[in-house]
Amino acid sequence: MTRNTVISVKNLVKKFGSFTANDNLNFEVFEGEIFGFLGANGAGKTTALRILSGLSSPTSGEVIVAGYNARKDPEKIKKNIGYMCQKFSLYNDLTTRENITLYGGIYGMPKALIKKRTEDLFERLSFHEYSDRLISSLPLGLKQKLAFSVAVLHEPRIVFLDEPTGGVDPITRRQFWEMIYETADRGITVFVTTHYMDEAEYCDRVSIMSEGKIVALNSPAELKRLYNAESVEEVFVKIARPAGTKTLSPEVKSENN
Amino acid sequence: MKRFLGFVKKEFLHIFRDFRTLIIIFLIPAAEILLFGFIVTTDLRNANIGILDLSHDEITRQLSDKICSSGFFIKSEDLLNYSEIDRELRKNKIKAVVIFENGFGRKLISEGKAVMNIIADGSEPNMASLVTNYITAITADFNSGLIQKPGSGNILVRSEVRMFYNPSLKGHFMFVPGVITIIMTLVCALMTSITITREKEYGTMEVLLVSPLKPVQIIVGKVIPYFILSIADAILILILSWFVFGLPVKGSIILLLAELMLYILMSLSVGIMISTVSKTMQQAIFITLVGLLLPTILLSGFIFPLENMPLGYEWFSMLFPPRYFITVIKNIMIKGTGLLYVWKETLILIFFTAVSIWFSIRNFRIRLN
Amino acid sequence: MRTILYLIRKEFLQIFRDRFIGKAIFGVPIVQMLLLVPAVTFEIKNVKLCIIDRDMTTESRELVSRLEGSTFFKVRFSTFSEPEGNDLLHRGKCDMILQIPSGFGKEQGLAQPGKIFVSINAINAVNAQLSLAYLTGVIRDYNLKVLTDNTDPGFLQLPPQIEVTNRYWYNELLNYKFYMLPGVLGILILAIGFVLAGLNLVKEKESGTIEQINVTPVKKYQFITAKMVPFLIIGLVDLSIGLIIGRLAFGIPFEGSIALLFLCSAIFMTALLGLALLISTFSGTQQQYMFSAFLFIIVFVLMSGVFTPADSMPVWAQKINLINPAAYIMRINRMVMLKGSTFHDLGRDIISLTMVAIVFTTLAVNRYRKTA
Repeated sequence: MTRNTVISVKNLVKKFGSFTANDNLNFEVFEGEIFGFLGANGAGKTTALRILSGLSSPTSGEVIVAGYNARKDPEKIKKNIGYMCQKFSLYNDLTTRENITLYGGIYGMPKALIKKRTEDLFERLSFHEYSDRLISSLPLGLKQKLAFSVAVLHEPRIVFLDEPTGGVDPITRRQFWEMIYETADRGITVFVTTHYMDEAEYCDRVSIMSEGKIVALNSPAELKRLYNAESVEEVFVKIARPAGTKTLSPEVKSENN
Repeated sequence: MKRFLGFVKKEFLHIFRDFRTLIIIFLIPAAEILLFGFIVTTDLRNANIGILDLSHDEITRQLSDKICSSGFFIKSEDLLNYSEIDRELRKNKIKAVVIFENGFGRKLISEGKAVMNIIADGSEPNMASLVTNYITAITADFNSGLIQKPGSGNILVRSEVRMFYNPSLKGHFMFVPGVITIIMTLVCALMTSITITREKEYGTMEVLLVSPLKPVQIIVGKVIPYFILSIADAILILILSWFVFGLPVKGSIILLLAELMLYILMSLSVGIMISTVSKTMQQAIFITLVGLLLPTILLSGFIFPLENMPLGYEWFSMLFPPRYFITVIKNIMIKGTGLLYVWKETLILIFFTAVSIWFSIRNFRIRLN
Repeated sequence: MRTILYLIRKEFLQIFRDRFIGKAIFGVPIVQMLLLVPAVTFEIKNVKLCIIDRDMTTESRELVSRLEGSTFFKVRFSTFSEPEGNDLLHRGKCDMILQIPSGFGKEQGLAQPGKIFVSINAINAVNAQLSLAYLTGVIRDYNLKVLTDNTDPGFLQLPPQIEVTNRYWYNELLNYKFYMLPGVLGILILAIGFVLAGLNLVKEKESGTIEQINVTPVKKYQFITAKMVPFLIIGLVDLSIGLIIGRLAFGIPFEGSIALLFLCSAIFMTALLGLALLISTFSGTQQQYMFSAFLFIIVFVLMSGVFTPADSMPVWAQKINLINPAAYIMRINRMVMLKGSTFHDLGRDIISLTMVAIVFTTLAVNRYRKTA
């Protein structure tokens, strides 16, 4: 299998004033893989993710996503990606169906296709009873699943997930990861940040960030071998301990919120 | 108590962190005072008029010069015929047309009588009647100049006039009390209604409610910083109006401040009341701004005198507290009268405050249960 | 285009999902117009008069009865004590004190004219001046009457008099409702559009939903347009409601072209919503937006000439009004509705209002950042 590069990051630096959130990042992501982006809170994951998805401009460095430069063509990148915020950001005062239709329409999907995908989605998630309810009334797990489904509704080349399983119960997390696998099987590259180390085991490759730098990048198996660890969690504790135990500076906190 | 003070301090910091809003809260009264000081006026000044002179004689020339040199009017058009009147008025270029009939001067001398006609643009009734009145008065003055010197024997009554409270007839004696009232009503109500609904909308109210603070303490704690802020705002208006218009406080400053505090308290409670009936900030703002803006301006006697309102409206306007406060301020600031003259209004304002607090507490309880 | 339609649909759904707002955007204008339009009048009548007649002669009574006969004045008090009169003035029980000193009647006809003393509450300067003008008029008539009565008609040659007649066009009876309705309607449309459109955008920022939009390929102009169109439509619906109320409840004539009025209102709404959205791009929270918007609303409304004559403002202030959408619409509303002004009459206003609309909207689109 030839590995097409869909994300290429070279010397990415992002500064907020005097604070460096991303300090010289370098990595590539290949088509169809599940790429885990690990790190403690405030390590700079979300900042990097926002740059990759065109929401924020890099201070310096070259970022190519889906063949487009993140500095020059963020709007072209946006056509080719899906994105799920850390904070739930579908419209709470719209129903499930209305949200799906809206985003389908925004991505220029034909009406019939929107309709078909919506029905498929309800079928797959056995969502029918919630289809015409306001999103605000949905349980958190369903909200997250829905947000993910909306992010891949238009079959983007890459989907970015920012801590998608924060606060959901273990069963839902498991179902959520099944959805991620299905998506990857369809050829969609999945770029996911998380701080649940067990989730890292599900990824094809993971990178571990600490204090704005990437300190490790490899497949979970290889990482465990290199660091002589039983689990990715152990690997993480070994490398990222300094950041993990330190109290976070206020800037870092607000950046992550 | 210590916990409560800590909470108040936190709320204070919260307000001061949003520096821009703070600036705007002080900019609003400043802008209004300057607006009324230098820009907005209900007077007649430099109104454009047109003259249709069908006679073109010495007398019509003299009279139109007299009208146009009065400072109230500017002659912007010389019209040639009747058909031009509608055209010019429709373009809004002029407010009125003065028409001198054919042979005006000749008729005046030979028949002792000539007719001058004013056509004013009634789409602005106030302007129209001002223009008509002023031109009529100038003409009457011109008339008495026509009386050929029969001595003062013809003038039987002369009036000596004293303009009380405002001898130089300045407009801002009317506006300053109005501005204070409008600002205090709307800004105060907006402040409390937004902060409290905000907590509701973002669910942080629940967090506060499970804290050891009592609900009343929470509300009071949120209101105190705004109370102090509003007093500062009111003092700014008083200082500005003193410096800009030289408008001093004739009566007791202590009384004035006490009344201001009462009114601020009332407006803040109205804001709380609004917040107890709205679910979102948007609703609260809509009720406060869209709902209260016009009634506050129109039914307070700020621009439009209440005495002239049609039957029934004088009663209706009694439901709107701003009118009482305007009376209070006018009395203390401009007339220099004491509590003896405003106790009735003061009691009514206390009543309104009590009602809004009672209503808020009731609604709040219902929501909590 | 399709994208915009999806976005507009979303905005409408959200606006009307809030049941209160959905009703209030139409309910508040209806109620306020019905209640407030008839309330207001500048017309002065019933100026409360206190008479101190120390003369008590036929002459003084004649003057007083003339004052009583006018609809402008209402004699509320009669007293002989000056302090009492002053106290009444102080307490606001009367607006004017007329004092006729003893000897008034006797002195008439002598070389000295009879004197009267007038005290007026002048806090409202305009009212005070008008009251004085009316009083002077009454006194002048009284003068003339005494002159003609007391003199042999053949003996006294009446001086030549210019007779002034006047007419009010477009509003023959100076009905204040005709004047207030277009103004009140304009302010309501302005306040509703300004408050809701701006808050709407800021709310998306505050709650984070704008992130999900920003990461889509939606174009900036599409997003801004979709935020404007619903409120533009709501504004025009409110305008129609207002016109119907004006017609049915107040019998306000409609002289001009309705299409022209709607065209101008649409341009006005665009300018207004453009500005609202521009301000909202500068605001991080709804509270911030609200106070900024309040500042603009209050300045725009008071400068617009809706309640006070815009032409009496200094020339530099009238220049500022060139970017004040409210100033245009107040003028245009009255001109089209009451005077039947045509597109040709309004040409310059329409062109500059359109420019204002373009500038504000363009700025709003440019200021809105999809990528930080």
